Amino acid sequence: MNLPSATGSPRSCADRPSPEQGSAPSARGSLVQGSILTRSRLILILGPLSLTAVAVSLVCLHFGAQPIAYGELLRVFVGIMTGDQPDADGGAADITRTILLQIRLPRVLLGFLVGCSLASVGVVLQALLRNPLADPYVLGVSSGAALGAAVGVLCGAGTTFLAEAALPACGFAGGIAALGIVYRMASSSERLPIHSLLLTGVIVNAIFSALIMFITSILDPNRSYGMMAWLMGTLTSPTYSGLVGVVAYLSISLLLLFRQMRALNILALGEDAARSLGVDTERAKRSIFILTALVTGAVVSVSGMIGFIGMVVPHAVRLAIGADHRLLLPASALAGGTFLMGADTLARTLIAPTEIPVGIITALAGGPFFVYLLLWRKDRLT
Amino acid sequence: MSGVPDSRPSFFKEPCATRVVASCCAYDVQSVRFRYQSKESARSTWILDDLSFQVTEGEVLGIVGPNGSGKTSLLKLLARLASPQQGGITLFGRDLTGMTQDDIARVVGVVPQDTSQLFPFTVAETVLMGRFPHRPRNRWGSGLGWESGEDVAIAEDAMRTMDVVHLARRAVTDLSGGERQRTMIARALAQTPQVLLLDEPTAFLDLQHQVEIGSVFCRLKDERGLTVILISHDLNLVSQYCDRLLLLAEGQVVRLGTPDEVIEPMVLEQVYRCQVLVDRHPTSGVPRVTLPGRKTIGNE
Repeated sequence: MNLPSATGSPRSCADRPSPEQGSAPSARGSLVQGSILTRSRLILILGPLSLTAVAVSLVCLHFGAQPIAYGELLRVFVGIMTGDQPDADGGAADITRTILLQIRLPRVLLGFLVGCSLASVGVVLQALLRNPLADPYVLGVSSGAALGAAVGVLCGAGTTFLAEAALPACGFAGGIAALGIVYRMASSSERLPIHSLLLTGVIVNAIFSALIMFITSILDPNRSYGMMAWLMGTLTSPTYSGLVGVVAYLSISLLLLFRQMRALNILALGEDAARSLGVDTERAKRSIFILTALVTGAVVSVSGMIGFIGMVVPHAVRLAIGADHRLLLPASALAGGTFLMGADTLARTLIAPTEIPVGIITALAGGPFFVYLLLWRKDRLT
Repeated sequence: MSGVPDSRPSFFKEPCATRVVASCCAYDVQSVRFRYQSKESARSTWILDDLSFQVTEGEVLGIVGPNGSGKTSLLKLLARLASPQQGGITLFGRDLTGMTQDDIARVVGVVPQDTSQLFPFTVAETVLMGRFPHRPRNRWGSGLGWESGEDVAIAEDAMRTMDVVHLARRAVTDLSGGERQRTMIARALAQTPQVLLLDEPTAFLDLQHQVEIGSVFCRLKDERGLTVILISHDLNLVSQYCDRLLLLAEGQVVRLGTPDEVIEPMVLEQVYRCQVLVDRHPTSGVPRVTLPGRKTIGNE
């Protein structure tokens, strides 16, 4: 071996003390059993969570201004699956069917999807920003979307709130604009340092919130009430064509996010560690960041600012099942969807016929949990 | 050095999969200049100023020097966590700037100085992450990217090496500093690297694990030809376990050579600006550094 000048050849270490050799690796696979994620563990946790989601959705379909018996629910669904369409005779069964399929089911589905998206984006942002307090709103994208919609209302797009397709589009445009600003400011340097991203998000959030409040204050009372309700987070019953669009859009975005699950594990270790483990952090951050912004923009457009799900659900799930994102992300999505379905059912039934904005329910449920985390689980927050 | 034959069982059964063609140089650093980029410090002094040296394959190189001498920056350049403004670095003959992050991660394992963790991954999960650079490519299901049985076996070997098997189920956030440091070294070993870069790997370790870690590096070097580059403030430890030392001060190489050549009272006093006593280790004969006591015996 050719050695550079002024060096001795590497010394042999044979004369140096050596620790015990450890047991022979005969029991391979048993050492880490139970401490790493396996397919069976994934199924064992996601299976029951999925079943719970289905069960909760049935309960949510049952409750409403007029409760629908579970037998009736099943009869309608079995009817649909077997292609057995009853005649529209205007009878009681037909009214029930209409309430169920045209009003309640789309809303429950939308609630599930919005909850899924918020929780997923929360998980992803917490890992990406390495901040357990990050949630979909921290980047300012939600305020951007809200501002866009508010400007839409100001310009007269839609007299009843969210009645016209122009408003979600406005909200979405605002969200993307906010993303552009945040990203541009934060990436003015060569790399994209995470703390400057976070700070930029906070600042953009503050400015946009002020503008939203300004617009709300100069609107006429009727419309400003609708806007307030939307800002607090409200789910409505979408049309099926609208629902299909939202489902397609969010599913594709979420699937693309789910592709990054293993990389998220590595990114959660920090930038230098992720780079030294082979992640092209700049590229990964860009693509994940844009995906989360797209999901958030769409979610805010259809449901307003529903807070806490993105922060609290990932936390609770992480406490329960650990940090591996391959399990954490789908489990949080299911839990978030289930949680929002339930919260929305409470929102529309608690003081029916008046509806409470579901954002209030999620904040009331999520806030105390957050306090619990802060007071008793500080170790998990730092 | 006496050449006692090594009769121990081979440690790592796995051959190094991505072994690059044998070359005398693991690293070739040529007139590298580096400073951190920021608007205010555009005219700031160089952190590393015209650095040139070579690292031989299969050696344990210790980087020593006072605080702020550029040790950590140098390690970051070697791991390409930062890039030099001038000069070039080659890794086994390949230009570092031309390699992807994945390429580098399959050859170089890095153990950072700050091992604090935010998320409660288990120790086993953390070590398994070392297999990430070896993940299969271009699969739609890459989100799940299950580790193969081979990956798990390699991770277990690494955990056994670093004595963290009993911690497998513990969350890294609940570990002591030393346990976490060993976990991080195990993660780097799980990358089956050819080069291991460590920033103060013994900072939080107790005596037993300090001794063990030194022996582990030597064994990996002997059995797998691993090149180890480590930063340490413990001159006695590096003198014991390193083949060569690189003494840095103010971003420049003061000395590069065997511990005998580098650990000299005159040199150390000049660099560290304090008096030290250098004698010989009673059994191994390597240089031993002692801080001067407050009282001198027999000099009342």
